[in-house]
Amino acid sequence: MAEKKFDYFINGEKGKWEVIIGLEVHAQVLSKSKLFSSSSTKFGAEPNTQVSLVDSAFPGMLPVINQFCVEQSIKTGLGLKAKINLNSVFDRKNYFYADLPQGYQISQYKKPLVGEGEVILDMPYGTKKVGIERLHLEQDAGKSIHDIDPDNSFVDLNRSGVALMEIVSKPDLRSPEEVNFYVKKLRSIMRYLGTCDGNMQEGSLRADVNVSVRKVGDSQFGTRCEIKNVNSIKFMQMAIEYEAKRQVEILESGKKIDQETRLFDVKKNTTRSMRSKEEAHDYRYFPDPDLLPLKLNKDLIDKLKKELPELPDQKKDRFIKDHNLSPYEANILVSEKEISDYYEEMIKECDKKLATNWITVELFAVLNKNNLSISQSPISAKNLSSLVKMITLGKISGKIAKDVFEKMQVSDKDPKQIVEEEGLVQQSDPKELEKIVLEVLSKNQDKVIQYQSGKVKLFGYFVGEVMKVSKGKANPNLVNDILKIKLK
Amino acid sequence: MSIDKDTVKHISKLARISLDEKKIDNLSKDLSSIMKFIEKLNKINTDKTNPLTSIINASLKSRKDEVKDGKIRSQILKNSPEKNEEFFVVPKVIE
Amino acid sequence: MSNISELSLTKIINGIKKKDFTSEEVTKVFINNSQNSKKLNAYISECFDDALKSAKSFDKKKDYNGLLSGVPIAVKDLFCTKDVKTTAGSKILHNFIPTYESTVTSNLWSKGAFLLGKLNCDEFAMGSSNETSFFGNVVNPYGKQLVPGGSSGGSASALAAELTPATIGTDTGGSIRQPASFTGIVGLKPTYGRCSRWGIAAFASSLDQAGPMTKNVEDCALLLQAMSGYDPKDSTSVDAKVENYSSKLTENVKGLKIGIPNEYRVDNMPTEIDNLWKQGIDYLKDAGAIIKNISLPHTVYALPAYYIVAPAEASSNLARYDGVKYGHRAKGKNLIEMYENTRSEGFGDEVKRRILIGTYVLSSGYYDAYYLKAQKVRQLIKNDFDKVFSDVDAILTPSTPSSAFKIGDKTDDPVSMYLNDIFTVPVNLSGLPAISVPAGYDENNLPLGLQIIGKAFDEQTILNLSLAIEKRANFKKNFKVWWS
Ligand SMILES: [Mg+2]
Ligand SMILES: [Zn+2]
Repeated sequence: MAEKKFDYFINGEKGKWEVIIGLEVHAQVLSKSKLFSSSSTKFGAEPNTQVSLVDSAFPGMLPVINQFCVEQSIKTGLGLKAKINLNSVFDRKNYFYADLPQGYQISQYKKPLVGEGEVILDMPYGTKKVGIERLHLEQDAGKSIHDIDPDNSFVDLNRSGVALMEIVSKPDLRSPEEVNFYVKKLRSIMRYLGTCDGNMQEGSLRADVNVSVRKVGDSQFGTRCEIKNVNSIKFMQMAIEYEAKRQVEILESGKKIDQETRLFDVKKNTTRSMRSKEEAHDYRYFPDPDLLPLKLNKDLIDKLKKELPELPDQKKDRFIKDHNLSPYEANILVSEKEISDYYEEMIKECDKKLATNWITVELFAVLNKNNLSISQSPISAKNLSSLVKMITLGKISGKIAKDVFEKMQVSDKDPKQIVEEEGLVQQSDPKELEKIVLEVLSKNQDKVIQYQSGKVKLFGYFVGEVMKVSKGKANPNLVNDILKIKLK
Repeated sequence: MSIDKDTVKHISKLARISLDEKKIDNLSKDLSSIMKFIEKLNKINTDKTNPLTSIINASLKSRKDEVKDGKIRSQILKNSPEKNEEFFVVPKVIE
Repeated sequence: MSNISELSLTKIINGIKKKDFTSEEVTKVFINNSQNSKKLNAYISECFDDALKSAKSFDKKKDYNGLLSGVPIAVKDLFCTKDVKTTAGSKILHNFIPTYESTVTSNLWSKGAFLLGKLNCDEFAMGSSNETSFFGNVVNPYGKQLVPGGSSGGSASALAAELTPATIGTDTGGSIRQPASFTGIVGLKPTYGRCSRWGIAAFASSLDQAGPMTKNVEDCALLLQAMSGYDPKDSTSVDAKVENYSSKLTENVKGLKIGIPNEYRVDNMPTEIDNLWKQGIDYLKDAGAIIKNISLPHTVYALPAYYIVAPAEASSNLARYDGVKYGHRAKGKNLIEMYENTRSEGFGDEVKRRILIGTYVLSSGYYDAYYLKAQKVRQLIKNDFDKVFSDVDAILTPSTPSSAFKIGDKTDDPVSMYLNDIFTVPVNLSGLPAISVPAGYDENNLPLGLQIIGKAFDEQTILNLSLAIEKRANFKKNFKVWWS
């Protein structure tokens, strides 16, 4: 396979432009309770039912940190091969907003919990390293609902205080496709770690996207715009495409880019300036006097490091090295933890290569068709592996296997049982098969003569006829062998 | 440093406090005299001093990840000047 | 039993335990005094009916195990009290009824006391004269024209005037000690972290501490013990053992080394204050303590640093008062206008000044020059104390640079008002415990207090030293009841 080359540029009227993208991903920490209060983080509850006096900023309420959220963030930091800071500080980011009951967000500004790290992407044109600038812990805000009442907004504080990890990348991304790979990889790492469920529909993963453009060959970055709070990869990609073109147009017309915060308009597929937020852009960060500095013990980090599960990159290497899979196959299998789990469950029983094929071709087709994730698969790993095993042992043919696979989708039965019930066991008795072969040949004397006079293509026809007579149960390899002898 | 009227306007905007001209005038004077008093700190060299991070010599206490709070919506909404059964109600937010 | 209200808290509790009188009798006396005290304007909310109910039910159950068995106590209106209006002296909370009880007040109630009422204070504890309260100024029992000090002015006045047998206040820059000094009572600011801040409307989080205000040192030890303790709901409260201050209280201070800081001899200090200080030194010498001259070289920077740190924290702490969740709300076309009008109407002038100063010193471009600088100076001030405390056991200073001043005297000049806290502020910046104990009078017969500053978590030593001074100063209140 010829390697593709990176080719994402904006072709303006006055030249070729490169797009520079940095992401601030907000990932909700997988935890039962909030970062600084003991109310629940569960998604989808009735409005304002998961709100404590702390989350709603009543007078005299104070934050107490959730140790588990700290550990989850450390784990994520370790998963990003990042430096964990033994001394970090919680700051207040001050601004007024209806869904920010305290009038400030507790975040980390000067001294984040996690420092520099990296994420490796397997792009079609090769491996790409994306630098991580930092990861810090902060509180989520509540939610304002604007579309129920024409004059008023309604405030729901259920999310207020939920723990977020803000993962800030370096401006290393260069295309919407790389953003797609990056977010998926990040999500996958966190799901392997169990630190974020990555559920974008539920808002567990959102990103602020920083976009700037520069002429190809320029070494300096252009002025960037930040597109706030984009909640799907598709929207991120669309926002970047729109924003990059907008910036190129402005620059080519000789104007300058205003550094500003913008919003992605889902309906119009455009970005627009967010003036209201701009106005109050002086956050007046200072260390939260209600909290002491967060000092970590190195032992805790070592302990968490030891408990770290195998992550996608390591798993991929192992699959390539020990399972003889191609990098392409390995990549697909490790892309989601559930897929690799499925695969690893299967290969306890069956051949690795075949398992890979069955997952990535047959099973994925079924899942795609029904819009299911692998954890919702109608066929369990155990049953699929037993199907594959039957093929390898020559109990059924590949063709029969496909019929059985069809039936397994309806009822996740053990394929052995299906084969038995339907009498689909492969015919591998050479004597029986010889009988059928001779029968087929005697019925087709004319074709045998044609074959023997050089029309070798007819071989396939004979195989097909044998399979038909055997109702697909004949072992095709044996049929081939017998036919070759009989046709000589 | 004296705090002129524009500065007063700017910081009162940040602090979300509306002020009339007279108030702005008075505050400009008051704040300037307070800032003048504060300027005394410039006399001292602190280049080699680290800022105080906490006055107590203790590490941050933490809690376990347990759900022990919430489900008190009526309490949360009780004091709100404007609300309905489920939400705090505020004048329309324009983004 | 008209003289019950003259008794100390300790004597009242003992009287109830010995059945000399009932909780109900005690409560009625204080209710009666309180009802006749309107001219002092010490109360914001009265809970007399409920207090009487609590007293009666106490008398029925007669549980004498609690440290504060059967006593009614009025508290500063900065402590959130369940189902009782809590205003912080501000219009912005004029209608706020908490559904929760502050840790410190629940500590009192769990030891047998009950709430008598909520006492006036400077708005959000920002003030040194109790003139910034939305509910009007409080008057000092020592004179119709006099401020009681602040911000715990209502508490000080109520206690001095015998409206409550004891009270609690909060101290961010002197708000317990200065009014205590102005009204001739004992007031103690504990070590930062000794008492929980949970449920107290915050002014400046790194400085705020609740503390007892009492008639004498013995009561102070008792009340401190009752209110203190680690609270897992306050990340800055300290898991240190609470001593049995009362039983360890002793006037034997022989051999203790007492530092006299040179830098507290400020310009224009009235001779009476200087004399009082000398008198205090003599009392302690007489008690066998060793006097040492010490230096706290950065003292002069304490007030400017305080007026950066405290407003900065306040500007952020008070951002939650926005008309959405509770309290006052003004009209506005849109959300931002509603915020701006609510906060403009809801906050008084001094609170606005401090919010704006705090916003300014944190704003972009000024953070390093002001806030960071102030935190560095704070470190230097703390270092000063750390250094001298390797040599001395406690420090003796005056509590205030003057006695109580006239209402309206300093309201036009914020800085002159701020100078009131010149002796008390360094202690808050360093988190140390300090007490003001009444020790004498000025030429106008107004009370003056001495301040004793202790090592972190060594409240016992400053209580003991205060007792030694109290025994020798033999301070007696010398005002006549003019307000009823
Ligand atoms: Mg951001
Ligand atoms: Zn963030």
